[in-house]
Amino acid sequence: MTFWILAPIMVAAALGILFVRKAVHAALLLAVVMISLAFLYAVLDAPFLFAVQIIVYTGAILMLFLFVMMLIGVDAADSVVETIRGQRVMAVVLGLLFGSVLVLGISQVTFGVVVGLDEANAGGNVPAIANVLFSRYVFAFEATSALLITAALGAMVLAHRERLTPKAGQAELAAQRMRDYAEHGKHLGPLPSPGVYARHNAVDTPALLPDGTAAESSVSRVLAARGTVRSAPALADDIDDVRRQIGDPTSMPETSGKAGAPATTEEDVQK
Amino acid sequence: MTQYIVLSAILFTIGCVGVLTRRNAIVVFMCVELMLNACNLAFVAFARQHGNLDGQITAFFVMVVAAAEVVIGLAIIMAIFRTRRSASVDDASLLKY
Repeated sequence: MTFWILAPIMVAAALGILFVRKAVHAALLLAVVMISLAFLYAVLDAPFLFAVQIIVYTGAILMLFLFVMMLIGVDAADSVVETIRGQRVMAVVLGLLFGSVLVLGISQVTFGVVVGLDEANAGGNVPAIANVLFSRYVFAFEATSALLITAALGAMVLAHRERLTPKAGQAELAAQRMRDYAEHGKHLGPLPSPGVYARHNAVDTPALLPDGTAAESSVSRVLAARGTVRSAPALADDIDDVRRQIGDPTSMPETSGKAGAPATTEEDVQK
Repeated sequence: MTQYIVLSAILFTIGCVGVLTRRNAIVVFMCVELMLNACNLAFVAFARQHGNLDGQITAFFVMVVAAAEVVIGLAIIMAIFRTRRSASVDDASLLKY
């Protein structure tokens, strides 16, 4: 019964991994498959593997996947370009062939009577597994420990990055800033803050210089790279607009930004 | 009994197709994990079929090796990403030239 509920869910989730665009969605679908698999282990008289599957696979390994995805960038979507022409079609055809051969082959085999684990699990599943693991498989178990240590060391070696230049401290940064000032005339002080003119104080609005041009250095480089910075000429038009409205005392100026906050101060009106 | 093995075969095939079609190295890796899990299901099912625990022990070892493999594989993917700014398997083609 449990099987017939879980099997369609697992197959659907596994097929979803093939078709979703985002890697995060694939990871979540894989989690569905693995948790369902854990319940199938429980049905198949393997309570120890049920726990290990949930703790190690969905708990540790999938979280590791998600961590790496976070480091690499979640929006690293698949490219749609095929480097080998027709590879996807061929892969799907081969997969269907392979799957049908496997399923046909399995369906022609008679497995005989299921012995069941009642006898083997008589003293409890975990003690029974421990008995086998630490007697017949003890050398494999020891080899596993060597493998795990090697894996930990390998991950450290692969993820380690040697620092080629010494880290710049506060003194070095200050000296660099003074050198830039002496050689290129670069401004010494902090960068201007964005949008310190009239109505706009959002971070995507560049500060305006006295001649009405935008101060490029006042906007974060990230926003500039994304192309979400508002353009300076449009803002200058806006300024004219505001000025016209101020000049006309009968009409109250439009408010923008915070609701109800007047766009002019009393000093502006008096001018 | 047969249905467990058939499910295992289907999951393995889906994992295979995923490895062949997906381009993102992490998703390819997930499909490898799916194939390992499918094998584990077959091992556990056969353990019940034969009435001894060797299949469960093997599945346990597969899990341990898979954990080690994931650690190394993800470290390699990260190292490649740091140098090439891409997690696509198509971009790691230096040996081709």
